[in-house]
Amino acid sequence: MKIGVRCKPHDSIAMQLRLEQVSRQEGAEVHLYPFNLLLEPGSLTVLLGATQAGKTSMLRVLAGLDVPSKGSIWVDGRDVTGMAVRLRDVAMVYQQFINYPSMTVAQNIASPLKLSGRLEATAIDRRVREIAQRLQIEPFLNRLPAALSGGQQQRVALARALAKSASLMLLDEPLVNLDYKLREELRDEFATLFSGGGSTVVYATTEPAEALLLGGYTAVIDAGELLQYGPTADVFHQPKSIRVARAFSDPPINLIPAEALTDGVGLGRDYVLNLRIPLDRLPAGGRGLMLGIRAGALDLLAQPLKSGVLAVPAKVALAEVSGSDTYIHLETPLGNLVVQRTGVHPFDLGDSVTVGIDPAEVYLFDAHGDLVFAPERAARRAALTRRTH
Amino acid sequence: MLKPVNQKAWWLVLPVIICVAFSAILPLMTVVNYSVQDIISPERRVFVGTEWFVSVLRDEDLHAAMLRQLAYSFAVLAIEVPLGIALALAMPADGWRASATLVLVALSLLIPWNVVGTIWQIFGRSDIGLLGAALLAIGLDYSYTGNSTHAWLTVLAMDVWHWTPLVALLCYAGLRAIPEAFYQAARIDGASRLAVFRYIQLPKLRGVLMIAVLLRFMDSFMIYTEPFVLTGGGPGNATTFLSQYLTQKAVGQFDLGPAAAFSLIYFLIILLFCFVLYNWMQRVGTASAPATGDRGSA
Amino acid sequence: MARIQLDIAHSYRANPQQEADYALLPLRQTFEDGGAYALLGPSGCGKTTMLNIISGLVNPSQGTVRFDERDVTQLAPQQRNIAQVFQFPVVYDTMTVAQNLAFPLRNRGMNEAGVRARVSVIAEMLDLSGQLDQRAAGLSADQKQKISLGRGLVREDVGAVLFDEPLTVIDPHLKWQLRRKLKEIHRELRLTLIYVTHDQVEALTFADSVLVMARGRVVQSGSPSDLFERPAHRFVGHFIGSPGMNFVPIQLLKSTSGARVQGGAAVATIVPSQTMTLGIRPEYLRLGPIDEPGVLRARISRIQDLGSSWLLSARVDSQPAGGEECLLRVRLERSSAVPAEDEVVGLRILGPHTCFYDAQDQRIAPDQEGAARC
Repeated sequence: MKIGVRCKPHDSIAMQLRLEQVSRQEGAEVHLYPFNLLLEPGSLTVLLGATQAGKTSMLRVLAGLDVPSKGSIWVDGRDVTGMAVRLRDVAMVYQQFINYPSMTVAQNIASPLKLSGRLEATAIDRRVREIAQRLQIEPFLNRLPAALSGGQQQRVALARALAKSASLMLLDEPLVNLDYKLREELRDEFATLFSGGGSTVVYATTEPAEALLLGGYTAVIDAGELLQYGPTADVFHQPKSIRVARAFSDPPINLIPAEALTDGVGLGRDYVLNLRIPLDRLPAGGRGLMLGIRAGALDLLAQPLKSGVLAVPAKVALAEVSGSDTYIHLETPLGNLVVQRTGVHPFDLGDSVTVGIDPAEVYLFDAHGDLVFAPERAARRAALTRRTH
Repeated sequence: MLKPVNQKAWWLVLPVIICVAFSAILPLMTVVNYSVQDIISPERRVFVGTEWFVSVLRDEDLHAAMLRQLAYSFAVLAIEVPLGIALALAMPADGWRASATLVLVALSLLIPWNVVGTIWQIFGRSDIGLLGAALLAIGLDYSYTGNSTHAWLTVLAMDVWHWTPLVALLCYAGLRAIPEAFYQAARIDGASRLAVFRYIQLPKLRGVLMIAVLLRFMDSFMIYTEPFVLTGGGPGNATTFLSQYLTQKAVGQFDLGPAAAFSLIYFLIILLFCFVLYNWMQRVGTASAPATGDRGSA
Repeated sequence: MARIQLDIAHSYRANPQQEADYALLPLRQTFEDGGAYALLGPSGCGKTTMLNIISGLVNPSQGTVRFDERDVTQLAPQQRNIAQVFQFPVVYDTMTVAQNLAFPLRNRGMNEAGVRARVSVIAEMLDLSGQLDQRAAGLSADQKQKISLGRGLVREDVGAVLFDEPLTVIDPHLKWQLRRKLKEIHRELRLTLIYVTHDQVEALTFADSVLVMARGRVVQSGSPSDLFERPAHRFVGHFIGSPGMNFVPIQLLKSTSGARVQGGAAVATIVPSQTMTLGIRPEYLRLGPIDEPGVLRARISRIQDLGSSWLLSARVDSQPAGGEECLLRVRLERSSAVPAEDEVVGLRILGPHTCFYDAQDQRIAPDQEGAARC
């Protein structure tokens, strides 16, 4: 499959989108709390949040399908709040494969081109073939969407959106109704399809893995609130609060109540982690903290400890194999923890193991849930990823 | 903040508004007007307030007609709903047989209502009607013009013949919407045919049955053409239902005032019933909505 | 408890002429008593058809189904002592939870005392004891699925429980609780469990033995680690693992019994065959010094930070036979040093986890000599 090459019938300039204090409320129900957002032209932003968190509401506001109750929306410096969506240059792909059922695939893809009226028939035909080839649906050009499989239908919807060459492209969980493997394949293609920089793309999803795979920027939403926005690696490695860490973790981030002591961080009653934090950096004298550590940062120890790693005995509750990784759910004196390991590692329910908490991988959150301490390595890693992207 | 709504759309709706105003709203307002006046002659009208409403509600004949009407409507529902369900269960689910059956079943719905009345009028005659002659041949002294009970039964039979297919078609659509997995699970659970009907089909038909009951009640409560053509309201006033009584009063006796008053009451009764039933339907609909997430399968 | 043996083929058409007409190509499969099996494959591979043939909802167009040596091919589902849990919860809305669970027992004429006892045992096992008197219609999706499951388990004579993608409508954070519950039930009751899914996480967590299916045939069956380490077919290598296995087309240089094979700049000794493919999983692909035997030259095209690991995409520099560009994926530990984008690196494709596939995409079992030389 060819990457990155895109010919456009006309030059579409990716739009810069700015939202100021936008909120949306219907009666007593608040769908979106006031937020600010600035999308750079040509960027890919992943909208990450659980079901019902407000992703679709936000996409609709970005598209212009819904008018914000308060606040304003600016496109390339122009105020477009309240402008009808027909007049905005937006393309949208939905999770239910939406195509015109009575038109063939070729006609579906050609529809935005015909509507724009800028191209003549032969040019439209050529462009349709080009896009169909890019999305590997060329053999189906004369079929009706109903005759295609789910993945193929979604590709047609995608092709139609691409044909429009809109400056803003919105995707609302487009892969959620597809087979696991098909999801992976299409996701890879997304990464290359959008690298051309011709459109500003916003992609909504519930899976943190997708955000990490797509890269770009991530906006984390929870219960109608925009919690954090920034380059994906930054948001992942330096979550501003427990809510962000929770939303952006799969498997869920392990949280253990903790207390900062003079000689380290106390966990539970019997364990002290070898991590010294200046107490003056912490509110409330270091009490009521929450320690967070990701599943991939925990390890099951078989041999003598690396210096500083805290060993905690545990019992296996479940081993989940996801093909390339194994997630081991443990019951420990500090609560239930999840460990992630590469490869397939069968464990039996009830096996006794030892889990190691490395102080270099630990996050600390205060009683309000805000981040007070992040691992040094995380900051360096985030900087490394930014450099290479 | 700019309004995104396009006001030009109102121009498109204007012709419709005019038509509806002309054919429904203005006449309705006229009726309201009549109901509060005594129209002695086209030139002399006297405002009487609620006098007509009071006298109408006290009218003995009206009470009798109302009781007859209610009895009729309930009889209709009691027969047509079970019969419709049974018919729907018996109809084939797919293939060419399904299409053929649907067409056959729907035939009686297509016949103009006064023709239905005429068909049954002839059908029931002892001399040239198939039914009449057959019953006479068996030895039954059947006469829908002379005997009140026979008239009632004939009118009911006519309504059942005419309208049961509507209930059947609605239930048929409802049955097709039940996923196959329920039947499969019932088979695995070893459920009998009756249990399948009682625990799977009937609960799932609830929404559709509400619509069917609503439609049939409304229509039978307003019924005019068929009984009028068949029996003319007779013998005597045995089959004079509410709408016919109303027409007799208004057109026959030119008592526009009481007639207008009553037609408003009539209108409000139906409206009230529909409102109650509709709310009940809504509540039932949301209670039995399946708890699915937004995940489907490819 | 039941040992299920299948010797069947199935086509939904009356006169199947070619392979494409068959939903299930002729196959023989045995499901041992008390085992947990998963049928894993993409949509349309025939897994649901196989499940329905086992349960009796579909009659195979050819062949027989045996339960413990008894031919049950012509028997209806209720006579086979199986239970099935469907994609969306199937509960009787008008009944309470207890009545739902009691339904199969009452249909079979069990006495009331026995029914009540059995229902409370099963409700306890499924954590539904608190909801026994609630109407089934008002519960959440995962509780309804538990009721569906309970209706299957409540019959003491049930031999096998069949699952048809049962977690489809369940919220992600509840999925793992249900998976855990299924594993516990399997341990306790030791029933034969057969689970159909397209999601490898579900299949590999749940089953002791996974059958990977594609286009009507079973491509490989084995334990999760077998499928991961030694995929018998290219399809299995591709389907299992996220991302799937990397494949490099390689070319035979000389055709004798100790042939040397060249793929890019790497060399290896392998049993002779025609066109071959080398497969290696991203988890086992390592960086190595360029120009060493067994190492391919490649240019990094993309680096992705997956949080717990790094995912590198690299394009092979030198073109082996067939001019198509080869994209390889490498998964590195979080703590590894990561090359920069566009850097040229060496990828060690030969190692103990490398597999070789012939022209029919079947795995070539390496002889001892070949293994030693890698």
